Amino acid sequence: MRLLAHIAFKHLLARRRQSLVSLLGIILGVSFFLTISSLMQGSEKEFIRVLIDNMPHIFITDTYRNPSLQPVEQFYGRSGAIEVRSVKPLTETRGIRGFEQIVDYLRSIPGINASPVLSGQGVLSFAGKNIGIVLDGMIPEDIKDVVTIQDYMISGSLSDLIANPSGIILGKELLRTFSLKRGDNITVTAPTGQIRTFKILGVFNTGRAEYDLNHGFVSLKRMQALMDRPHRANTIIVKLSDPYRARAIAADLESRIGYKSISWQESSEDLMSTLAIRNIIMYSVVSSVLIVAAFGIYNVISTVVMEKHRDIAILKSMGFLARDIQRIFVIQGFILGITGSLLGLPLGSALMYAIMQIEFKPPGSTEPIVMPLDWGWMQFAIATGFALSAALIAAFLPARKGARVQPVDILRGGI
Amino acid sequence: MSDIVIKTENITRILTGEVPVTLVADAGLEIRRGEFVVITGPSGSGKSSLLYLLGLLDTPSSGTIWMNGENVSTYSEDRLAKLRLADVGFVFQFHFLLPEFSALENVMLPMQRLGGLPDTQVRTRAASLLTDLGIEKQQHKLPHQLSGGQSQRVAIARAMANNPQLILADEPTGNLDSASSENVENILKDLAHEYNRAVAVVTHETRIASAADRVITIVDGRIHV
Repeated sequence: MRLLAHIAFKHLLARRRQSLVSLLGIILGVSFFLTISSLMQGSEKEFIRVLIDNMPHIFITDTYRNPSLQPVEQFYGRSGAIEVRSVKPLTETRGIRGFEQIVDYLRSIPGINASPVLSGQGVLSFAGKNIGIVLDGMIPEDIKDVVTIQDYMISGSLSDLIANPSGIILGKELLRTFSLKRGDNITVTAPTGQIRTFKILGVFNTGRAEYDLNHGFVSLKRMQALMDRPHRANTIIVKLSDPYRARAIAADLESRIGYKSISWQESSEDLMSTLAIRNIIMYSVVSSVLIVAAFGIYNVISTVVMEKHRDIAILKSMGFLARDIQRIFVIQGFILGITGSLLGLPLGSALMYAIMQIEFKPPGSTEPIVMPLDWGWMQFAIATGFALSAALIAAFLPARKGARVQPVDILRGGI
Repeated sequence: MSDIVIKTENITRILTGEVPVTLVADAGLEIRRGEFVVITGPSGSGKSSLLYLLGLLDTPSSGTIWMNGENVSTYSEDRLAKLRLADVGFVFQFHFLLPEFSALENVMLPMQRLGGLPDTQVRTRAASLLTDLGIEKQQHKLPHQLSGGQSQRVAIARAMANNPQLILADEPTGNLDSASSENVENILKDLAHEYNRAVAVVTHETRIASAADRVITIVDGRIHV
């Protein structure tokens, strides 16, 4: 094999320029593949991380996935001769009944944390200006365990709501728009017509302008009073120690408690399929760079095979086997593939490092962000494996042709 | 052990196609150890085709080829290649050296492929062969840096590398000046007579034919004794 590798190497050296161009193709292909795949994986991971961190792993809402069966339907089933018309469900106060017991039950399960929330709309008024906001009424001691809002506090704390139940936590954007500051009083009008005055106790800044403008946090009791829904919560936020089990746990919870339980995967299904499509497109584009590079290798090795017909005939007349000849040219592909990968990987790493230094502010974000990259041995292995496979396949076809050269045909021709 | 290195019995080689062409017809011959045989005949008579059959580069359409007493006509391509590697050396009209390899490396190639010797010994033997043929000073030169005669001597050294029993040369002097031609002719003759090899040379040159132990004339693919 050493001899065959030696011959292969000499062939490549004899066509330095073409070999170099092919090599460059592989180097660029590998480095782009590595960079883009790391970027793709990084952005996907970051996206999912943000998604998982910033949204509950499971939402338990005060609705049901399917309408509840009427007693007659329960008894006779939905098919049959009985038809019940103009059925009107019972009017009841919206919200999760017995949410305290449900939350206690959830907390008793290892790896699950839960906190009740009563969400609703309100109109915030200050100095003659109004804005509609979403208010989340929650238990300050518990909410920190299930949402990350505390991490985004730039002034004050959620705990301040414990000492002052008439307090409110608002976003930085809202304060900026309304020229408010911590300690100011604002009034909130609920759809029920109730009006309450709140004192701004804290400010958060998530970086998402829309959220920072339209969200506010108050204590659950105060929210229940504002919305006229005592002892009610309309959402239970569940956080899991293993977020990727959310789908299964949500299904299990729903079957036990009846209320619609939505996992983060279910609520983000459209986003997840968009991510998958994006990955397919990007990997196809990046792979095409390597496929083009493989054509370069095919071209070089085909040319070498054509030029070396006489040498192949001589080697065969000496006693080299057809498979020796094939190996010589496959080794050339291997040399180009492995050298291209070995040089492409550091170049790709350098590119990744350079990209990681770039800071920019995307639209809708208030803070500059860096490009999220995720690199591991897997990407290096995939890039190398793909480049090597492409190079070997590209080399194999002309190599097989070379192996089939009949020395007598060449010698007779006197080439 | 018989002295016959190669023997053919009624071998025929027909090139198939729309119009089949008979290259060699019903040829029977044998070449012994230490024999210097010249195969001659007009152009297109089938001399080279017969040589390729003798060198196991081509397989006969019919007939039998015996090498060292073994019927090799039914051997697979791989088995024939292994036999060529160990027992047959070729010299062609155009030296056909591998252009990327030095003279020394060209001679080393068959030995390296055969294996069994460490690299240092392979190198020493290749250098010694080149010295025997008087081109030791050219051993590190590439083929394009050698004259026609020097290249042909490197080709002879390469043919001798694995110490084969049969050396076949196809118009080895066809591309050389008269001095080089005489030199190559003497080397081939010595290979037969001094090194006890079976040597068959295809040539048009009457001077080489006159020096042969035996001359085989071939016309229209048929041997005329």
